[in-house]
Amino acid sequence: MGETRNISVTINGKTYQEEVEVRFHLADFIRQQLGLTGTHLGCEHGVCGACTILLNGESARSCLLLAVQADGQEILTIEGIAPSEKELHPLQEAFRDNHGLQCGFCTPGMLTTLLEFLKDNPDPTEEEVRIAISGNLCRCTGYQGIVAAALDAAERLRNKSGHL
Amino acid sequence: MKPPPFSYHDPRSVDDAVSLLSTLENTKVLAGGQSLMPMLNMRYVMPDHIVDLNKIEDLSYIKKDNGALEIGAMTRQKNLEFSEIVKENCPIMHEALQWVGHRQTRNRGTLGGSLAHLDPAAEMPAICAISDATVRVRGPSGEREIPFASFPAGYMTPSVEIDEIVTSVRIPCWKKGHGFAFVEFARRHGDFAIVSSGALLELDAEGRVERAAVTVGGVGAAPLRVPEIEEAISGQVGSEDVFKEACEVCREIEAMGDVYASTEYRQHLAAVMSRRALVKAYERALRGDC
Repeated sequence: MGETRNISVTINGKTYQEEVEVRFHLADFIRQQLGLTGTHLGCEHGVCGACTILLNGESARSCLLLAVQADGQEILTIEGIAPSEKELHPLQEAFRDNHGLQCGFCTPGMLTTLLEFLKDNPDPTEEEVRIAISGNLCRCTGYQGIVAAALDAAERLRNKSGHL
Repeated sequence: MKPPPFSYHDPRSVDDAVSLLSTLENTKVLAGGQSLMPMLNMRYVMPDHIVDLNKIEDLSYIKKDNGALEIGAMTRQKNLEFSEIVKENCPIMHEALQWVGHRQTRNRGTLGGSLAHLDPAAEMPAICAISDATVRVRGPSGEREIPFASFPAGYMTPSVEIDEIVTSVRIPCWKKGHGFAFVEFARRHGDFAIVSSGALLELDAEGRVERAAVTVGGVGAAPLRVPEIEEAISGQVGSEDVFKEACEVCREIEAMGDVYASTEYRQHLAAVMSRRALVKAYERALRGDC
């Protein structure tokens, strides 16, 4: 093992104190060291968007951050989106109802990206949704279902304001 | 694809960062990480030391001072995108930022990082070229200013020494009501441009071009100003034909060719995109609404 550091990072409300290798990127830390495998790794060079997480509420590609840089920060991953074990987030419900996923590989990145987008832009146009997810690659759906899900989720969230 | 082993340093001040750079060997500076991290993951670079600037708080600011924007090198692209000061005083930068990567990358990517990386198709270097920006760098012997025209030393190589870091950028503002446009041709939104073009125009009361600046990106090794266009349209009342004729000179620019686009295609796109930028900028200048 190379050089390490001790970090403290809060993920989905839980604080982890960990010793981490400084060369580890955040996605590997989240997946391999913490076992939170909901965050997916596709390309590992910032193209596919599958590993998108929210860092202090802002979307970021976790393969392009070092784990040490997350020291003292707050992270939200796909595992922390649903309000409870039994209930889905309206964005998740909209994806399920609109065929917004098939294999599901890109879904964690799509959802984290859209979570931030819909907070800033609660009533988007289809074109705006397509630009918002332009950094997330999906190879199954042709994006149609994802765009429909995002627009549906926006409406659900508007009717249920304050849920984000 | 994992970064190679390195030692990690996260200094709290520019002085500390510079002193690390002047004492350590084989070091890379980490800003927003949107270019360096992929290069580390793919092991295109194998540094022994990473000097991370993210803990240096006083490198992140946007100010207006004496007719120019002063922007700290670690200011994130997202902060520039949503800055009212930028939108009001340098609207072309605001427009160009819509083309910079994606929201996820703009949340992290920085102005200084983009300049230091100096991708020939990147938007922020093009904005510095069109605005005659000045880049400030600091090294062990103090600070120096580099006019952007002499900032690129070659392909993806800024004229920043190995023990220097970019600290801020000064971007002179154009007259209130000037025309601006930044247009881009890429296969997919957020991809690197095959060719981009920016235009800034100031008009006199009769609609004649009083002052012009035109750039093309993705064509040469660094963003290029096209002085031939600027001279050809100066004093002219703008029209599609006037701009089209002036932009034909782009077909003679020494352009790169690669797997995405041949030299001839880039030259063609440069002529088309610079004309589109000028037409749009001219319409806005006539309206004077920016």
